[in-house]
Amino acid sequence: MSANLANQERLRIFGLLSPAYLWLTVAIFLPLSAMLYFSFLSDVPFGDADWHHTTKNYQAFFQTKTYATLLWKSIRLGLTVTAVAVLVGFPCAYVLAKTIKGRSREALFLLVILPFWSNSLVRIFSWAIVLRGNGVLELGLNAILPFQVDVNLMFSTPAVVIGLVHSYLPYVILTSYLALQAIDDNLIDAARSMGANKLTILWRVILPLSLPGLLAGAVLIFVPVVGSFMEPRILGGRVGTYYGTVIEDQFVAVFNWPLGAALSFILLAVVLLILAIASPVLKRAQT
Amino acid sequence: MSGVFLARLGKLWLACILFFLYAPIAVMAFMSFNASQYYQLPFDFSLKWYEKLAGNQEIVDAATRSVMIALATTVIATILGTAASVALFRYEFRGKRFLQVMLFPPIAIPWLITGTAMLIFFFGVGLGRGTPSVIIGHVALALPYVIVVVSARLATFDATLEEAARSLGADSWTVTREVTLPWISSGVIAGALFAFAVSFDQFVVSYFLSEPGDSTLPVLIYTSIRKGFTPEINAISTIIIVVSMAVMLFAARFSNFGGER
Repeated sequence: MSANLANQERLRIFGLLSPAYLWLTVAIFLPLSAMLYFSFLSDVPFGDADWHHTTKNYQAFFQTKTYATLLWKSIRLGLTVTAVAVLVGFPCAYVLAKTIKGRSREALFLLVILPFWSNSLVRIFSWAIVLRGNGVLELGLNAILPFQVDVNLMFSTPAVVIGLVHSYLPYVILTSYLALQAIDDNLIDAARSMGANKLTILWRVILPLSLPGLLAGAVLIFVPVVGSFMEPRILGGRVGTYYGTVIEDQFVAVFNWPLGAALSFILLAVVLLILAIASPVLKRAQT
Repeated sequence: MSGVFLARLGKLWLACILFFLYAPIAVMAFMSFNASQYYQLPFDFSLKWYEKLAGNQEIVDAATRSVMIALATTVIATILGTAASVALFRYEFRGKRFLQVMLFPPIAIPWLITGTAMLIFFFGVGLGRGTPSVIIGHVALALPYVIVVVSARLATFDATLEEAARSLGADSWTVTREVTLPWISSGVIAGALFAFAVSFDQFVVSYFLSEPGDSTLPVLIYTSIRKGFTPEINAISTIIIVVSMAVMLFAARFSNFGGER
């Protein structure tokens, strides 16, 4: 009887879970495995293409400096965007969590994270209109400043950084806000009553306690920025060649899928390494 | 420095951030109502770019396709995700932790990698590019969000209610239908809205999986931008951003996402 019940329960668990997880397997995990396999082929195994197993796609990465240089360029872009977003976003999260009280806080918080959930491509496009020469930024600055300035940030690295910070800033604000909100105000009062000045409180109390949230936000920004290709394409123009755009080219322009798969997989390895290093911090941020 | 001064400075900073976040979107929307094709000022109010949109069959088709794909994704991801959340909440079993960790890769791995991997796999199994592939991909990306949002709602659910119903003779399906689902309905609605937003705003995966000439709205916009900017793109982009922000405002109402309730 009880064995029967246990069987029934097992069946129910299986019935409820298997559709979702089968779907994830077919759409995420099998494709990732297929990509790994593909990265060791000389040509696509479709039609009558002549193909064999090879490691030449990985050799291409390690022998020519081009790809490694671009990967490093993308990592540097990721570090820059993350640093700017943290410096800009953390004070903002602090103001939201500790300075503003009551109902307006909820509304302001929603306003800050709302753009994050809207279309990223469209937001990048909106920057193109602002930053282009003879664009709104230039007109606006010339209206305020007493002298004429030429501002054409479009198709430059700063444009790419601005667009990416705009895209991912809400991430770090969200995670820092949640961490800061969890800090007991009494702790800050206690430090103050014992004579700590504002800087000491920030450095010794607030930063250490909110660090997991801050780092979680930083990782959540860094990872997608390293793999970005649409933003550099639109805002970077000729200087917008990054590791991500090279992968994109392999799939939509050059049609060298095995090389693209190898480059994707190297990127995945970098991402997994970063996530693995950060995972103790991410786990602490969850709780 | 006095505390009042610092607080003012902080609020000013917040105002700057909000300006930074919304100004470009506002400029884009503003320019979509400007008659000049080259974004020239002075501003001359006109609806002609919106009229042009309605007559552009390619854009109308892509918009229709995007909405249909988002609706299909919403239905599938919400049903599968809710079922999985209920199982993860109600039962204790071996490997549960592993299943929860498996929700992480679709969110954490850059879409460039997931998208190209899907392209390779779907070609390998003979499915190729096209709307079915796009839907399969979108559902996979939306599922973790649905499960996370619905699970968050379930966490506030008192499991003894299920036991009470069961002890009163309700079978498992009745318990689910009459007790569990009504309680988590707001979480399910929020999850569904998240799923819609993930699909409707998705660009990267759609880009690799959709057939040229048969693409979704964001993919069409991307290819048009690379050919050159026109206020027509402003107009359709403005519509998209209004729709996706409205969807998320609804989702925020139905979930405690970020709120402190």
